[in-house]
Amino acid sequence: MNRYPTWKYCLLLLVLVIGVIYALPTLFGQNPSVQVSSPVAGATLTANDLQTVKQALIDKKLGYKSIQQEGKSVVILFATIDQQQLAQDYLKALFTNRYSIAISLAPAAPRWLLALGAEPIRLGLDLQGGVHFLLQVDTQAVQDERVQTDLHNIADSLRDQRIRYSGIELHKPSTIQLTFQDPQMLTRGIDLLGSHFPEYVWRTTKSMVTGQLTPSALLSINQYAVAQTIETLKRRVNELGVTEATVQQQGADRIAVDMPGVQDATQARDLLGKTATLEFHLVDTMHDPMVAAQGVAPPGSQLFFYHGQPILLKDQVVLTGDSISSATSGFDQNGSSSVNIVSSGQGNSNFYRITGENIGKPMATVYIETKSYPVMINGKQQIVYKLEKNIISIATIQNALSGSFQITGLANPDEAKNLAQLLRAGALVAPVTIIAENNVGPSMGQQNIHLGMLSILIGLVCVVVFMMIYYSVFGVIADIALLLNLIFLVAVMSLLGAVLSFPGIAAMVLTLGMAVDQNVLIFERIREELRHHVSVQTAINAGYEKAFATIVDANVTTLIAAMVLFSIGSGPIKAFAITLTIGIITSMCTAIAYTRAIVNSMFGGRKIGRLPIGIKVKPQQGGKN
Amino acid sequence: MEFFKQNTKINFMGLRKYAAVFSIILFLASVISLSVYGLNWGLDFTGGTQVQVSFQQPPVLNELRDQLAKAGLEKVTVQTYGSTRDVLISLGEQKTGAQQDAKLLSDQMTKQVLQALPGATFRSVDFLGSSVSSELAYKGLLAVIVALLAIMIYIAFRFEYRLAISAAVAMIHDPILILGVFSFFQIQFDLTALAAVLTVIGYSLNDTIVVFDRVRENFRKMRRATPVEVVNGAINQTLSRTIMTSSLTFIVVLVLFLIGGATIHGFALALMIGIIVGTYSSIYVAGAFAVFLGLTRKDLLVSVKKEVDAAP
Repeated sequence: MNRYPTWKYCLLLLVLVIGVIYALPTLFGQNPSVQVSSPVAGATLTANDLQTVKQALIDKKLGYKSIQQEGKSVVILFATIDQQQLAQDYLKALFTNRYSIAISLAPAAPRWLLALGAEPIRLGLDLQGGVHFLLQVDTQAVQDERVQTDLHNIADSLRDQRIRYSGIELHKPSTIQLTFQDPQMLTRGIDLLGSHFPEYVWRTTKSMVTGQLTPSALLSINQYAVAQTIETLKRRVNELGVTEATVQQQGADRIAVDMPGVQDATQARDLLGKTATLEFHLVDTMHDPMVAAQGVAPPGSQLFFYHGQPILLKDQVVLTGDSISSATSGFDQNGSSSVNIVSSGQGNSNFYRITGENIGKPMATVYIETKSYPVMINGKQQIVYKLEKNIISIATIQNALSGSFQITGLANPDEAKNLAQLLRAGALVAPVTIIAENNVGPSMGQQNIHLGMLSILIGLVCVVVFMMIYYSVFGVIADIALLLNLIFLVAVMSLLGAVLSFPGIAAMVLTLGMAVDQNVLIFERIREELRHHVSVQTAINAGYEKAFATIVDANVTTLIAAMVLFSIGSGPIKAFAITLTIGIITSMCTAIAYTRAIVNSMFGGRKIGRLPIGIKVKPQQGGKN
Repeated sequence: MEFFKQNTKINFMGLRKYAAVFSIILFLASVISLSVYGLNWGLDFTGGTQVQVSFQQPPVLNELRDQLAKAGLEKVTVQTYGSTRDVLISLGEQKTGAQQDAKLLSDQMTKQVLQALPGATFRSVDFLGSSVSSELAYKGLLAVIVALLAIMIYIAFRFEYRLAISAAVAMIHDPILILGVFSFFQIQFDLTALAAVLTVIGYSLNDTIVVFDRVRENFRKMRRATPVEVVNGAINQTLSRTIMTSSLTFIVVLVLFLIGGATIHGFALALMIGIIVGTYSSIYVAGAFAVFLGLTRKDLLVSVKKEVDAAP
């Protein structure tokens, strides 16, 4: 009784070693770092580049901890966040186009440890400092636009097949209505609509046909909108140079963006919250823009100004920015600046058809942005919103465009570069609104870490001392289990990539108390058995056995509470729930398996007179030990 | 070392009528406090902007209020946050139309706040649109209800329905008392405090279940005892453990409360009250209520019999 087979000891030891390895990097902490890489994706920096950067830092007397080549980039480690910020600002200004500069937190653990795949625990924003945004995607706007596009496509298709209709209208929110004079046309119309546009439900009433998007079509449009927006935001966040930012979907139509280490929220907000979209329109060459500038634009076209000259653009959107998967600046055959574009996705076939019909005609790229202006109204300052549409380039269509094509006719290489960058950062598919924001200054983050660590330490010391006094040797065993629990908790969290938030540290402190509870249950039981004068070995065995069911029951209820918290919570609360859950599970392992192993090895299978569990048991008359 | 040298034989159940009165008084007091004073809802539930700043010297709050009012900011609450030098400025949702307007306005407000208060250093800012905050409040309430139900079902399944009901009574009793304290002292109640309340529900169950476990075992062993004696015995036997664990967890949370800083303040306080109230409720509310409902050996024998049948 009370002996573990050797293999069990080996297993426990192995798990312990693994736990320690994965928990160790967290102990080393992290250093604020600046990463310098080549602006061309995939290219490696050379030793020369390292020298250049190093020299720049020395020239400006910017202190740093170390600078070295790591993979394709040069990584500079700093002692404090302030140093990191100064260096980042300076290097960014100095090397604007030469290098791309990004900030991150680099683990300070030795190389071999990191090579094993161990990393320090991920810190939440409230510990690192940084900015968090919650964005709402306006899916209604996406639907509207889709219906608009379809409206034109339907009209085109009907005309192609020579099906005459007398009217086509859009009824808000997303219903298309067609009127047919000729019943034969109506029948043919219905056939075509049903086969070419199956995402709509088509109904006939007398001479009218109405179509509405099916719920599943709406769902896929929304999902696509959110997914695309996430992609675009990821690209934009990359442009900001934050390597550890996360962009995640939250719920049906919301996106959470976390940018650790970012100090200036305004720049981030500008880039993210820009409700900007790109559209391609054909230039209306049939009507005179000068005339329109005096009076009214003809139906089907809108008046714009490009470089001060009036110009008419057709309403129909030929291609939207979200169909562009890549854009690079370059030169065309004649040596003038151009942008090479690769497009993909749904808009492609339409684009091909329309451009094929308009070879030789000019096409404009329109950048649409919602801008806000502070305005004085009645002596009070208010914010006013305006939708701004600007033509950023006009190019001639050389041939039917799809897949990859070129926009030419740009004034100079800079313009081409800007356009390419804009296209790369992606135009948002749908307008997004920032509905929540959280900005933690870095000093606050550092302070939180400091306080958190202190709390854990003091809490641990209190519990350890108390247990030692109260339960003597067994108390020490329980304390060892506590330490193991912390190690496993950190290891599991860093393996899972779970984020540690400040409430998460509170959860760690809480698990200290609860882990101890499990051992208290076992030890009290053993004491009770001893008081009933059973043999020492039986007491130990009985203690563990009888306490087990109680431990499981008690922990399950706390787990239920943690799971409920996990499902309703977001951000820090979620992190708290995760930390609590992991903590309870690891504490069950250490409190039961590991203490048993130690107790067994120390007291098992031998004749023990008195168990050092903090009580004195008077021997029974006749001595029965 | 031990607190109780021999088996204690305190007649806890004997005092149960007094305890019941005591509990009811506290419960009513909490409810009254909540209705009269209400809770000091944190940003997570009200929406709006919260700017945290700190000063070199402890500022005079009224001066700050004047300065902010002069800058044209309305609906402002100013409170110290943690140390005397840290100030939390809450700006309620200023209704100017669309959601986006409010957001940009609050950015401006941050700048304005910093301008209006010379010597203030920025620490952090939180903005929560009202749609999100009302959602959080709704979800929070839902969470508490779901947790209660889930745990009740679990207990009914593992033990017996009367125990489940008594546990439920204890689970409602504890949070209300915590909220009562928060409302009486107008301590800010934010999302982390709500998380603490949920944790307390789970944790207090720990104690209750340990007692119930013993009750079940005792019913099996003490064949001639009355329910009162059985429950008494169970509580006494687990007393040592209950005091130990409660004290240890309390100490640990006290550490958090004292040095954890202002952000964790509400959370730690809720936990501390919760541990005290939870321990008390496990002894009196849960156990006594079960006796009150007429718990007898027969009720638990069914589950015991199931165990016996299941054994090989």
